[in-house]
Amino acid sequence: MKFMNLAAAAAAVGIFAVPAANAQTLGDIKERGVVNCGINTGLTGFAFTDENGNWQGFDVALCKAIAAAVFGDPDAVEYTSLTGKTRFTALASGEVDVLSRNTTWTLSRDVDLKLDFQGVNYYDGQGFMIPKGLGVTSALELDGASVCIQTGTTTELNLADYFRANNMSYEPIPIETNAEAQQKYLAEACDVYTTDASGLAATRASFENPGDHLILPEIISKEPLGPVTRHGDSEWSDIVRWTLNALIIGEEKGITADNVEEMASTSAEELDPEVARLLGVDGTYGEMLGLEPNWAVSAIKAGGNYAEIFDEYLGPETPIGLERGLNALYSNGGILYAPPFR
Amino acid sequence: MSVVTSGDPQPVFRIDMLWTDERYRSLFIQVIAMMVLMLGVAWLVNNAIQNLSDLGKDFDFGFLSQPANYDINQRLIDYTSRDTNARAAAVGILNTLLIAFLGCIAATLIGVTAGVLRLSKNWLIARLMTVYVEGFRNVPLLIWILFIMAIVNEALPSPRDFRGENALEAGSFVLTNRGVYIPAPVWEAGSSIVVGVFIVSLIAIFFMRRWAKAKQVATGEQTPVFWIGLGLFFGPALIAYFAFGMPIGLEHPELKGFNFQGGIWMRDSLIALWLALSLYTGAFIAEIVRAGILSVSHGQTEAAYALGLRPNRTMNLIILPQALRVIVPPLISQFLNLTKNSSLAIAVGYMDATGTLGGITLNQTGREMECILLLMAFYLIVSLLISSVMNFYNSRVKLVER
Repeated sequence: MKFMNLAAAAAAVGIFAVPAANAQTLGDIKERGVVNCGINTGLTGFAFTDENGNWQGFDVALCKAIAAAVFGDPDAVEYTSLTGKTRFTALASGEVDVLSRNTTWTLSRDVDLKLDFQGVNYYDGQGFMIPKGLGVTSALELDGASVCIQTGTTTELNLADYFRANNMSYEPIPIETNAEAQQKYLAEACDVYTTDASGLAATRASFENPGDHLILPEIISKEPLGPVTRHGDSEWSDIVRWTLNALIIGEEKGITADNVEEMASTSAEELDPEVARLLGVDGTYGEMLGLEPNWAVSAIKAGGNYAEIFDEYLGPETPIGLERGLNALYSNGGILYAPPFR
Repeated sequence: MSVVTSGDPQPVFRIDMLWTDERYRSLFIQVIAMMVLMLGVAWLVNNAIQNLSDLGKDFDFGFLSQPANYDINQRLIDYTSRDTNARAAAVGILNTLLIAFLGCIAATLIGVTAGVLRLSKNWLIARLMTVYVEGFRNVPLLIWILFIMAIVNEALPSPRDFRGENALEAGSFVLTNRGVYIPAPVWEAGSSIVVGVFIVSLIAIFFMRRWAKAKQVATGEQTPVFWIGLGLFFGPALIAYFAFGMPIGLEHPELKGFNFQGGIWMRDSLIALWLALSLYTGAFIAEIVRAGILSVSHGQTEAAYALGLRPNRTMNLIILPQALRVIVPPLISQFLNLTKNSSLAIAVGYMDATGTLGGITLNQTGREMECILLLMAFYLIVSLLISSVMNFYNSRVKLVER
């Protein structure tokens, strides 16, 4: 993981040797039998290993749902942990099929890096965490501070903009992974840690004394995080996008991991029309995507709908304790909104 | 009617002679090998172009003139996040050159000392040096870098420990887990004269040594060059310093806000990288120095003693000049290794050329091919420069054969 520069070099060399993956991702995946999913190197709540050494988390659950949609088996996933720097090269070179790794949707990534963002599974913003002992209550008091920052991220650029706009100086301390940042921050080698607010909450939750650390009120950026695929393969992109949408519609319509099979075996007349279409009871929507008719049933069964996944890994009942906030359904005061399934 | 009677048969070329006839075979094989090699290269290049266009990417260095938009902590030249990617790369390149320069000097000092001491008759010192050499040579460099960084970060006090009750006393030199602060010289009016005097005395030392050598060759008389040199080194500069009212002051680091300000700040990443690189390469240089000294036959020492030369003169005049011709060529590759190994800097967040051009710029612009190619060109040029300088030195010290 340390060798992202080597990895980048390897990928650049890889571009010489390996035929680049292009428009047949779905075919390749079906032939291979697993979905290659790029995830975080470790961020409590989003991607972490449980006591059995299996990957779990909010971002991992999306990988599982995609695998379930394609194969009917949520475990047909090969995970690759990627740092902020290695992730795009890994995706572009075909090492992973989809990136589900707290990745911010920006214009230059979408257009210049030739990535396709398939929606937003977490609306986030960049914040700062600081020990309470320093007596700082606002990000505007951070002049001269040493700031731990993950390189290769949008937060790095936002940070530069924010301090420049507010005429403050700072000392950037570039680090590779969240774990490294945590170690530096706790060793007081940096005063402040900045990353997405969800990541700060997740990191703080893993501290011995979470109460000693304060997340400053300023949110300095918009960070819409979502799954990413390669440019130019709409067939595969559609599957990723609509798997995410299926999970959101699942919450909207009250389809849960427990009741999805029961609903799917109900006749079309007794179901809500959109639910009937989603679950393959009515219409040939699975076929349009190149999948089985019951793909959405498998996807929702894998880890539940959006709300179930959120509550399991990030919600108020977890140590991270994030509120839904912007990530609530549009009907509940948030901005989570899936296009109609029709 | 004529009969052909000419005795010499014309040499007839048949195609199979290309591989049966010794005269053509070697050339033929070389031509084939070259063609295969060129086909291979052409295939790779073509494949790269094809794959880049499949990904919808072009090959363009325009990003270098775009704003970099990120900040770099250690800057030897002025740089802000509004400067271009090219300038960010220049900042990184200077950082690489700085660590390579510091590292090569420290590694040579450490290596020569350890190499000589390993041959010491003192059992303890010789064994300690063996432990050092084997310990550093046989553990990967990356581990040493991370290890030293972890020690610096975890063991040294943070700036916060210098504040409030039970605060640590901050002297002129401050050791913190964010690096070491040392006093910085402050140049006031008149300081340029002191510096000028110092430079003149350096030149004087050089000519004094040449004169002393010429005198010794001509007359056999020795001059105490060391003591005269020492006097020239300090004397005039000190006199000028006090004569002009001590124009060079010192700026001490002080705790202001979150960090110490003032003085020269050697960041934790620089220290970890510098120490690890010099200790690691120093271990290899120690072995090279030891091998060089051992390569001079012991008979030379005995002959020198028989002529009445004292041990240190024997070492300086007889052993080292002969050892150097063995030492210098492998030393060049150690310097090259150190320079290239400095690209591990990113492991501790030291922003060298790999960290800026090959790291953040690459990642934020997505120009992998361009950045990696530029980076390879940079390391190639630096390595070639170092080896040409060292080869020049080698041609000066190597045994002159007639």
